[in-house]
Amino acid sequence: MSGTSTIGEAAIQAGCKYYFGYPITPQNALPEYMAQRLSEVPGGVFLQAESEIAAINMLLGASVAGARAMTSSSSPGISLKQEGISYMAGQELPAVIVNVMRGGPGLGTIYPAQSDYFQSTRGGGHGDYRTVVLAPDSVQELADMTALAFDLADNYRTPVIVLADGVLAQMMEPVRIPSRKRKKLPAKNYILTGAKGRPSRIIHSFTMDPKEQEDHNWKLVRKYKQIEQREVRYESFLLEDAEMVVVAYGTAARIAKGAIKRLRKENLKVGMIRPITLWPFPTKIIQETVKYIHDFFVFEMSAGQMIEDVRLSLEGKGRIHFYGRPGGVIPAPVELYRIISRHYYQSKRKKGR
Amino acid sequence: MLIKTVFSGFGGQGVLSMGHTLASAAMLEGKYVTYFPSYGAEVRGGTANCTVSISDEEIASPVASQPDFVVSMNQPSFLRFQSLVQSGGLILVNSSMVNITSVRGDIEVVEIPTSELAEKLGNLKVANMIILGVFIKVSNITPFTLLLKNLPAILGEKRSRLLKINKEALELGFNYLQG
Repeated sequence: MSGTSTIGEAAIQAGCKYYFGYPITPQNALPEYMAQRLSEVPGGVFLQAESEIAAINMLLGASVAGARAMTSSSSPGISLKQEGISYMAGQELPAVIVNVMRGGPGLGTIYPAQSDYFQSTRGGGHGDYRTVVLAPDSVQELADMTALAFDLADNYRTPVIVLADGVLAQMMEPVRIPSRKRKKLPAKNYILTGAKGRPSRIIHSFTMDPKEQEDHNWKLVRKYKQIEQREVRYESFLLEDAEMVVVAYGTAARIAKGAIKRLRKENLKVGMIRPITLWPFPTKIIQETVKYIHDFFVFEMSAGQMIEDVRLSLEGKGRIHFYGRPGGVIPAPVELYRIISRHYYQSKRKKGR
Repeated sequence: MLIKTVFSGFGGQGVLSMGHTLASAAMLEGKYVTYFPSYGAEVRGGTANCTVSISDEEIASPVASQPDFVVSMNQPSFLRFQSLVQSGGLILVNSSMVNITSVRGDIEVVEIPTSELAEKLGNLKVANMIILGVFIKVSNITPFTLLLKNLPAILGEKRSRLLKINKEALELGFNYLQG
């Protein structure tokens, strides 16, 4: 299945009945899939909104009513949705937002890139908040992460971003869609369903009382701390005997894996840490690893964004190397192999002195 | 073993279908496989290509910087991709539409008058399946029987009436080089 169809089917299997969106390349096949499939789902609604801003607010509305709903877009469209995402964070509403990233500021290129790391992991909109960010690296993980996104969103009442790019969205790979096994989730005792027979409920992100607002903001912070403690996900690859560790996510991590396999054939001891949650960032494993591996090689399809989280995690220890390809260029594993091996030998020489 | 193939031509020539048909068969064989399309905004007439990677282990990049095989359906794609093929690789050319000049010496070129063959079958549109048949024969990349068996699933119910001619086209291609 293609990446886009996979996200769509996984969402529907996770109980998503409502999709709101506005077209933008390279994710258009996803709304196309939802338009067709949701018409077969009883009560399903596909709605092409008049704008991204309308779409995100429809998502907010569906969430207020207690439904599992989703929107998707690509970088410039996601920028337009940030106001709504911020409101949903403030109002503690679950939502799943898929971003198939483009390359560069402004309209950017439609080719695969990882240019929205900052935007996704730092909240993105205004206000003191975070969004959970999931970064799959294969079509199978697109399915798994989409399903997980719905559960995390409901569990913590917070917007969750699934961060992909044009490679993952356009590519076809064999995939198994996770079946509908429901995790035990907290009851939705906040949704607006008409107050007949119960006290009324209010969902808002604003209060005139600064003390009350501060309490609300601290409540959000406590929630984020809980997410940081419980929901970190990463994959480690060949770390045991490594002398250099690559840190990469998504498509870049796939390419890095290919490069590492080549390096290993020549006995260069390189491993990898692949963050699967970009927020919460897998800080602990990096701190554990720097105790025995000195050199960290960050590879991104951007000019360098995740490198800042790696640097923060290292707290001045170890040494960071970087290679980035912004703007939609997909580097080949052999290219990365050459660059990593240069850095590897340079570090080795330094250590030898 | 990792084998990367690029299928290329005009949009509308069935270039992406060729890749999809191959990728699905390889999946059924139990291989790791990726299919990555690239095409212009036009429904017909733009450039289109797709890369199919087939491997016994996880595939790093779905893109090919140096494909092992190239199937080229038109002139621009022939010029573009013949320079990328790995040394010792093979390029399969639709000689009905491609003027084969200035070919590299270190790659093998197989010419198939695909359009003429397709016209003999009575439908120019199955040119892609003819060349795919030849490709399976020369590359030996996946079992031909598996590919045939999977054809109904590829075409789907809507196009089931086209099953017969597509099958004929594949078989014609597969047996072409013997005769």
